[in-house]
Amino acid sequence: MVDDQFYREYILDHYKNPRNFGRLEKPDVSHEELNPLCGDVIGMDFKLAEGRIEDVRFHGRGCAISQASASLLTERLKGMPLEEARKISKEEVLEELGIQISPARIKCALLSLKVVKVGAYGLAEEEFEEDEDDS
Amino acid sequence: MSTSSSSALNAGLAAPPLDVERIRRDFPFLATGVAYLDSANTSQRPLPVLAAMDAYHTQFNANVHRGAYKASEQATERYEATRETVRRFLNARSRREIIYTRGTTEGINLVAHSWARPSLRPGDLMVLTIMEHHSNLVPWQLVAEATGARIEYVDIDEGGELRQDQFRALLEQEPKLVAFAQVSNNLGTINPYREMTAAAKAAGAVVLIDGAQGAPHLGVDVQATGCDFYAFSGHKICGPTGAGILYGRRELLEAMPPFMAGGDMIKTVTTSGTTFAPLPEKFEAGTQAIAQVIGLGTAIDYVSEIGLAAIHEHEQQLTEYALEAMSEIDGLRLFGPPAQRRAGVVPFDLAGVHPHDVATILDRHGVAVRAGHNCAQPLMRRLDVPAVARASFYLYTTRAEVDRLLVALRDAQRIFA
Repeated sequence: MVDDQFYREYILDHYKNPRNFGRLEKPDVSHEELNPLCGDVIGMDFKLAEGRIEDVRFHGRGCAISQASASLLTERLKGMPLEEARKISKEEVLEELGIQISPARIKCALLSLKVVKVGAYGLAEEEFEEDEDDS
Repeated sequence: MSTSSSSALNAGLAAPPLDVERIRRDFPFLATGVAYLDSANTSQRPLPVLAAMDAYHTQFNANVHRGAYKASEQATERYEATRETVRRFLNARSRREIIYTRGTTEGINLVAHSWARPSLRPGDLMVLTIMEHHSNLVPWQLVAEATGARIEYVDIDEGGELRQDQFRALLEQEPKLVAFAQVSNNLGTINPYREMTAAAKAAGAVVLIDGAQGAPHLGVDVQATGCDFYAFSGHKICGPTGAGILYGRRELLEAMPPFMAGGDMIKTVTTSGTTFAPLPEKFEAGTQAIAQVIGLGTAIDYVSEIGLAAIHEHEQQLTEYALEAMSEIDGLRLFGPPAQRRAGVVPFDLAGVHPHDVATILDRHGVAVRAGHNCAQPLMRRLDVPAVARASFYLYTTRAEVDRLLVALRDAQRIFA
């Protein structure tokens, strides 16, 4: 038995009971991203109003890290001004997960942020990837 | 459980059991204590292979085929000795049919580029299977795009074996090419490659066998099988990365244009044109991975001396043991055929735990497995899973390591319960 510092209670909780999981009817923005390393997919629907993210839902399937990360991110995004959402950094997302992510799993942890950045802001996929290599 | 092998392949061969403890002493990596269950991905390398490469680097490091001095002669001799080792290993007619490549992928790309592209016409049929590794899919998709040829895929049945009825029906359409894995990297399925090759040849097809998973565990007799091409990698058969083999039937290789152009593959070069070197150099442009080729020859000698029949029998016993024990874990889904028709590859899915999470937890137990789509996205779609976890065995794998896998799997279930 391993005393696990990785699969902490709140990570597993977000995995098993994901917040804001599902689809929105008539979203203003909808976008999906694929992690080509493992085939995992995460998509998000956004409802926007007055420069804010009024509502957000995510869907897709993936590992505990990608699902928990998406769940945590949607909690944060709800009600957030778009300007602020634009500035969310990879470091912040990783920090919020609160666990040591190995290089092999970093793409899992950041898949949901990629959906936000590429989907909501039309950032080219390459820009996000390059940025990732720098971080 | 029974200790007698039920392998049809080994019938009558009754190989003596492997001395696994002695074998393990040859593999320095195993001293790390990691239960390495990822040999279908890349195998570990034994001391004789490391020593052979070291000897080249420290005692006769020189380029081959061109030096007029002793070290170069010695390097050339050792480098070319691998060709004879491989010829014997595959039972090819001639050393000229043995092309050095970087690995299976390059071998298949060579055939796609130098045979398929000039040979295929719009509407021509290529038959592949749904269980192929991307390296035996994507090159043919590019050929189809470039030539207008089309591709049909042979499906699998629920047990993870190729639908032979469908294969036979496709052969009636007289495909120009049939390409398939001898052993599936994901399911472990040992395809009836001799029967399939004979049927495809009778239908007039050129046959390429992807031997990446077959060569290390079964070997092949290319003459008895009758295939036109057979590609494999050194690093899955205890050799280093960077060196692999393409076997090609001589008549075909002679007629094919070069793949890469450059030094070593020419006869005469003038400003108006070039004539090419005879086989095999025609397909070996530039300085090859000399140390790795020498290492590959040593690896094949090493594996052959222990005996592929004994290795296969050992793997099969482990696979039987693992399949039986894993089938007792609630919520664990196993893929692939019964042990007697598979190589030492055990793909599985643990309900409620994503394969990546399985692999991460196993890693924390010191157990190394592969997780993901394992370079076979069409197969994952066919199995209706995003990914699988895969344990794979080789000559140095022990039952104790399989037991560690079982303990770690139960821990993964506990964490995710």
